[in-house]
Amino acid sequence: MKISITKIIIFSAVIFVLIIFWQGLKKDKNYDTKSLIGSKISNFNLMEINNVDQYISEEDLKKNKYTLINFFASWCAPCRIEHEYLLNLSNKYQQIKIIGINFKDKKNNANSFLKELGNPYDFVGKDADGKISILFGIYGIPESILVNDELTVIKKIVGPINQIQFEDILKITK
Amino acid sequence: MLSNIGISLVVLVLILSFLIIYTASIDLKISGQNIKGKIYKLSLYQITFTILSFFTLIIGFINSDFSLINVYENSHTTKPLFYKIAGTWGNHEGSLLLWVNILVIFSYLFLVFNYTHDKKFRLYTLIFQNILILGFLIFLLINSNPFNSIYPIPVEGLGLNPILQDPALAIHPPLLYVGFVGCSIYFSAAMASLLSGYDGKLFARSIKTWVKISWCFQTLGIIVGSIWAYYELGWGGFWFWDPVENASLLPWFAITALMHSLLVLEKRNTLYFWVIILCLSTFILSVTGTFLVRSGILNSVHTFASDPSRGIYILFFLSIMILSSLTIFFLKYKKENYNFTLKSRETFILVNNWFMVFFLVTVLIGMLYPIFLDVLTNVKISVGPPFFNIVIIPLVVPFMVLMAIGPKFGWVKSKDKIFYKVLFLILGAIVINLFIIYFFGTYSLLSNLIFIAAIFLILHSFLDIKKFIKNKRNTELARIISHLGFGLLVFFIGINHQFSLEEDFNLKVGETKKTYNYKINFNNIKIKENKNYKAVIGNFKLTNLNNNLVQYLNPEIRIYSNPETLTYEAAIKTKITSDLYLTMSNVSRSDYYNIKFQNKPFMVWIWISALMIALGGFIQLSFKKNEN
Repeated sequence: MKISITKIIIFSAVIFVLIIFWQGLKKDKNYDTKSLIGSKISNFNLMEINNVDQYISEEDLKKNKYTLINFFASWCAPCRIEHEYLLNLSNKYQQIKIIGINFKDKKNNANSFLKELGNPYDFVGKDADGKISILFGIYGIPESILVNDELTVIKKIVGPINQIQFEDILKITK
Repeated sequence: MLSNIGISLVVLVLILSFLIIYTASIDLKISGQNIKGKIYKLSLYQITFTILSFFTLIIGFINSDFSLINVYENSHTTKPLFYKIAGTWGNHEGSLLLWVNILVIFSYLFLVFNYTHDKKFRLYTLIFQNILILGFLIFLLINSNPFNSIYPIPVEGLGLNPILQDPALAIHPPLLYVGFVGCSIYFSAAMASLLSGYDGKLFARSIKTWVKISWCFQTLGIIVGSIWAYYELGWGGFWFWDPVENASLLPWFAITALMHSLLVLEKRNTLYFWVIILCLSTFILSVTGTFLVRSGILNSVHTFASDPSRGIYILFFLSIMILSSLTIFFLKYKKENYNFTLKSRETFILVNNWFMVFFLVTVLIGMLYPIFLDVLTNVKISVGPPFFNIVIIPLVVPFMVLMAIGPKFGWVKSKDKIFYKVLFLILGAIVINLFIIYFFGTYSLLSNLIFIAAIFLILHSFLDIKKFIKNKRNTELARIISHLGFGLLVFFIGINHQFSLEEDFNLKVGETKKTYNYKINFNNIKIKENKNYKAVIGNFKLTNLNNNLVQYLNPEIRIYSNPETLTYEAAIKTKITSDLYLTMSNVSRSDYYNIKFQNKPFMVWIWISALMIALGGFIQLSFKKNEN
């Protein structure tokens, strides 16, 4: 076989791809976000869903002892299931603030969703393209993250909040 | 018991593969045109034992023999018989056994049916195919053995995922497997062709039928999969650019390109090395897709349980396949001279290939980019429909125009004056497009172009059909049907996309909701106990306010017990002009149900036109038989 530049390039490209695959295998925790517990949340800047001028960032969370960041959308059926727990939390427990991040949703749908089921959130942020949620390591909704005033993730709930997790949140925040 | 039988059969097949490779390599040195009878015999034993091993597993599933881990993990006694059988390939280990079965079946059929071809070429093909068989058998035995036993024997199994308990999904994997694993035979044949020097026209003839068979099954398999997604997943969509869907598209693009360039090789004895590249890459892409999905590098709805140790083995095997085929290819590669003019059919077929390669590369990049980014920079992104839609859809416009014009040109050089005809048809397409806008509503510039191009292709195909009725050239019919099918597919997807209606709302029993021109009454709810699930069935009365037509739709919420899962069954009323689509989901602790109402025009035509594409392939296969 005569060695030519084309051949060398093709072979190295193939080997490169195979190495990437091999490295990718080691990262089998690809979407396992449990490792986020204990780490700090990244910086963000979130716009209020109905108010273009109102923003919230990680600095604002430092003021709250505990903040529950909940990712929801009007099109998400399990979000309806967990909504009651959120309402419960917001009504009874003042030491915890709830921020809703409206994931890949339309403004009007989100508003009517909250009007129909009640609004448990102290702030509703808009994330129409889902980019901010990715920052938080979210890959599907509903998901919720509980952070303390040092911006450390204490608890992460994938899927709708249920009774056990609800009680767990209460225990932590007491 | 079954465990021992199964493992013994698999080991026997393994030994036979070794024997076949050994005997075939000895036979290679003997001149003459006849392959030793011994090789036929060994192959016959091999295919028999392989099929027996698969039946052993099926029997395990039918009898709910939970001494097999595989049966325990994927079946349950209360499952209907049909889904017990389908459970055999509804899991990683069982599907791998099916994979081996198809490798062996194709190996045997190729050996038996291609007796007119060169002996050396056939022997090399057999050797390479058996190396593939060995590779997958070893994988099956050491890592993914469906016959592993469990002790103490559990009384009851864990059950099959309910969304897989569906007729379309029961046949979807076998179809795709025949399609994807069938490609292995011309991977082996391509390697054999390079080594034995059996090239050109004759090589094209030897693999033609196998390419067509696997193309037909791939196409059909992909269609069945998306039909399933449409009525089972309950989103009303049918294509999501999900990584696994993409993985199935990659080999399809390669094989479609291959189908076309194979014509050039057969008729004009040129493009040989390009055909070889396509043969090799079709199967390599199939295996790559399998690797990406099964290893868990890609996450998607097809959670076949990700296990990195599986990944390492497939990756190892994949690397050997790619590197050895590349080396052999470069060793044998010679520069070819292409002597065809711009206005010839060869040129247009090449243009088809460029488009296919473009689509392939686009989808490949969309699929691999997140993996690369994650490995190299630790940044996690997902590439979704917007990327594919933006890059692929505009290119479909010229693609369809060329698809219509291309076949008009003769081989080598064409003198046809088709200019006026094309102009006339484009004008016709524009007029029809204006009609659609006038009657139904406007859409974007790009959509306009897509509609015009699609209508152009459709009109063109109609003219071809007229011509076909006159001179009855069978080979043309298959092409016309497939191309017409593609034109219609794009057209109806376009219409469907533009004019679908959708509304989400909550209703209580007894309430009524008006949406668009429909009145929806939620009449009542019934609960029905079935063998392996409980169904909550809603009864909805839909009145079309324009013509007062009344229809009843019954969406269901199913509560499966093993494993405990909720599934939402859409109620779909299919008519020639549109589908009414209703799904219902429960809102926890309230009397309300969340209802999703959709009216999707010409939905059934999307399936019909997609099936037409596949039908073209089957027509060509059947004509091939008649010619013989």
